[in-house]
Amino acid sequence: MKSRRMTRRGLLTTAAGAALLLGFGKVSAQESRPVWMPFDGFPPADSMAEGLQFLTPDEARTVGAIVERLIPADALSPSGKDAGCVDFIDRQLSGPYGVFSGQYREGPFQDGTPMQGDQSPLDARQRYRLGLAALDGWCRANAQAAFADLPEDRRDAILADLETGKITLDGIPAELFFEQVLANTMEGFFADPIHGGNKDMVSWRMLGFPGARYDYLDSLDIAGTPLRLDPIGLKGGPSWSADWVPPSAPARKG
Amino acid sequence: MRRLPKKDIVIVGLGWAGSIVARQLAETGLDILCLERGPWRDTARDFNISTVTDELRFDKRQALMVQPAQAGITVRNTVSETALPMRQWGSFHPGNGVGGAGLHWAGITWRFTPEIFRQRSHLVERYGESAIPAELTVQDWGLTYDELEPHYDAFDKLAGVSGRAGNLKGEIREGGNPFEGPRQNDYPLPPMVQTHGPKLFAKAAAELGYHPFPSPSALPSEPYTNSLGLKMGPCTYCGFCTNYGCANYSKASALICVVPWLLLQPNIEIRVNSEVVRIEKDGTGRRATGVVYLDGAGEELFQPADLVAVCGFQLENVRLMLLSGVGQPYDPATGTGVTGRNYAYQTPNSVTGFFENVAFNPFIGSGAAGGALDDLNNDNFDHAGLGFFGGGSTRVIPIGGAPISQRHVPSGTPRWGAKWKEETTRWYQATMSVGCEASSFSTPGNYLSLDPTYKDRIGRPLLRMTFDWPENDRRMSQHVVSKCTDIVRAMGAKHWEPAPIKGAWNTSPYQSSHVVGGFVMGADPSTSATNKYLQSWDVPNLFVVGAQAFPQNPGYNPTGTVCALAGWAGAAIRDLYLKSPGPLAPT
Repeated sequence: MKSRRMTRRGLLTTAAGAALLLGFGKVSAQESRPVWMPFDGFPPADSMAEGLQFLTPDEARTVGAIVERLIPADALSPSGKDAGCVDFIDRQLSGPYGVFSGQYREGPFQDGTPMQGDQSPLDARQRYRLGLAALDGWCRANAQAAFADLPEDRRDAILADLETGKITLDGIPAELFFEQVLANTMEGFFADPIHGGNKDMVSWRMLGFPGARYDYLDSLDIAGTPLRLDPIGLKGGPSWSADWVPPSAPARKG
Repeated sequence: MRRLPKKDIVIVGLGWAGSIVARQLAETGLDILCLERGPWRDTARDFNISTVTDELRFDKRQALMVQPAQAGITVRNTVSETALPMRQWGSFHPGNGVGGAGLHWAGITWRFTPEIFRQRSHLVERYGESAIPAELTVQDWGLTYDELEPHYDAFDKLAGVSGRAGNLKGEIREGGNPFEGPRQNDYPLPPMVQTHGPKLFAKAAAELGYHPFPSPSALPSEPYTNSLGLKMGPCTYCGFCTNYGCANYSKASALICVVPWLLLQPNIEIRVNSEVVRIEKDGTGRRATGVVYLDGAGEELFQPADLVAVCGFQLENVRLMLLSGVGQPYDPATGTGVTGRNYAYQTPNSVTGFFENVAFNPFIGSGAAGGALDDLNNDNFDHAGLGFFGGGSTRVIPIGGAPISQRHVPSGTPRWGAKWKEETTRWYQATMSVGCEASSFSTPGNYLSLDPTYKDRIGRPLLRMTFDWPENDRRMSQHVVSKCTDIVRAMGAKHWEPAPIKGAWNTSPYQSSHVVGGFVMGADPSTSATNKYLQSWDVPNLFVVGAQAFPQNPGYNPTGTVCALAGWAGAAIRDLYLKSPGPLAPT
């Protein structure tokens, strides 16, 4: 019987939310019926805790200088920075995702074929910590300033070179770092505001996405015109307040 | 290791397959235990309407899937490569917990056509033995559509399937799928509403001479009380469907369609967070004595039983057989062995259309409400001279518009910056994809085995997948995509981007969770692991139920057939095996 690694601690690290499930399973594994507590839901952890949770102030500044170029402010929306992507990334890194909880993290780590996916031993926290330091190091050596202090067009050029791997960073492949930040920035910009980004649902307004609604039965017959609804998120939205005025009548046809 | 009191029957896995087998056996009065690896799930708590519409949590962070840290796999394209772990789920999304992958599925509910079950015989009869490409290990299932039809019918009534029969007792009916096999009964519910995109698709397809019909859907079009007396609500087209649990008691699942009934049966016990690590056998190796599992506290327990039904997800079913030494492991060098043989996938094809002056409101959608056609599937068109067999079910099904994932821009668009934002905003409302969920034939080189290097958290080898697209399927993909492109053009798109499979199978982007085969059913023990009742040839008191039984994959979503097979296997245990325990088919 191989019980070598079958420790309680080992089980606790197998899945996000394992502590809750484990407590439940200990009971139900002995009982003849599954049991649960009334209202024992697990809503998303409050992502709006004050202050930085993982990033240092310098790192947060650099992340902000990146995300405001990945998603620049214009007539369509505020920048990724003003939309809260730095807060989003910081909260994600401070939680289970930051250590890639749930992913298969056993070695040996080795490079595979391009078809075999991400095989880096670095978790999300390490990718940011190493990548941000290396980016600033590269900028100080090659542009005589920290990344966040460079003008917009220079930052854009550097980001493009990270994307294509034209720049070599110390300790982390440039493309790996870039893809990590790009993916998380887009998540933060488009996710529900409860996770810290997409403040005031700016990306949803930009697209015309109505958000966390749950019933379109009265709109199924729309024949190719946009259904305009003010978006709502998991924590509600402006339309839930008493002084809200609808922006415009929904364009309906059909 | 603690030995628990004996049970008559142990069922491993409580998704669709396990719950249907349990339902079939409940009225025997036997003492039945269901073991589920993952947690208990409850709609009101886990899919609460105030928390479920969270794309980050359910789609990106995959809250309903088993974690690779618990049950990962390794992947490679050919035997010459070193398999490496799929460190996060990519190409497919295995489920976890009560309800299994049938919680986050889309709800598209096909029946396979009669020819599928005689795939090799059919092709030989029509095209000749010499027309079968040497690279394909295509074979028959060992059972017929007519044998399975009552169980398809039972599943329609269990899941509240919505649609319109195209073949009712042999009569071809307007508005349904004219290519389907004969049905005893129409669908229990009428088809779902077709929104603007599917309407455009149906019109364009009909003009091109195809036979469009509403996609069959296990999301009820009306309030429904199922065959076990359980209630389902009508689908609200909320657009948080595939990869999400349903807050509305709409999307059919074991959790709402079967398990509440199982809980009322005094002879059925469910234990969750109970992961079976192997099947135990007696000294002869031909009789299962029970299962060893880890409970929620990590204690290893031996659960004796007279009969074991393994009903997990396809990957885990095959792995459990390999870990338990059931059947001879397949060896691609010699072509011998059956456990791991005939692994196949689903060939994903799509054409994305970019339209002008139209808003599709993509957020109004569901996993299965849309239009489909079957003209490009199976042998519904003549394959003589085409250089390939197979095809796919073609459809337009707007699954929702949650914007982390559901944003299409023309290729060549920058991935960030002002231009990216402009294009993203421009096209969000104005793209619609025609998909073709297509067949995947088995080959001698595509197979499942145990990985020699990578272990799970308790030291067991991971499952190793060796897979690449067969040449047959690459040609098929080119063909169906060219036909789908014609449809997109006829729908009025200004620009379109065909996406046939190309290059080697890439394990990273999501493609389909329709992994099949590896412990297949059949009539010949040298090429199948179970007989047509899903009973192990080698261990007759062991039944293995799931998509691992498919000898190859046709161009359909598999769940309807998995559930029909579960009903069929459960009935075989109840009506045949229990009356005369032993092999149900001659070797």
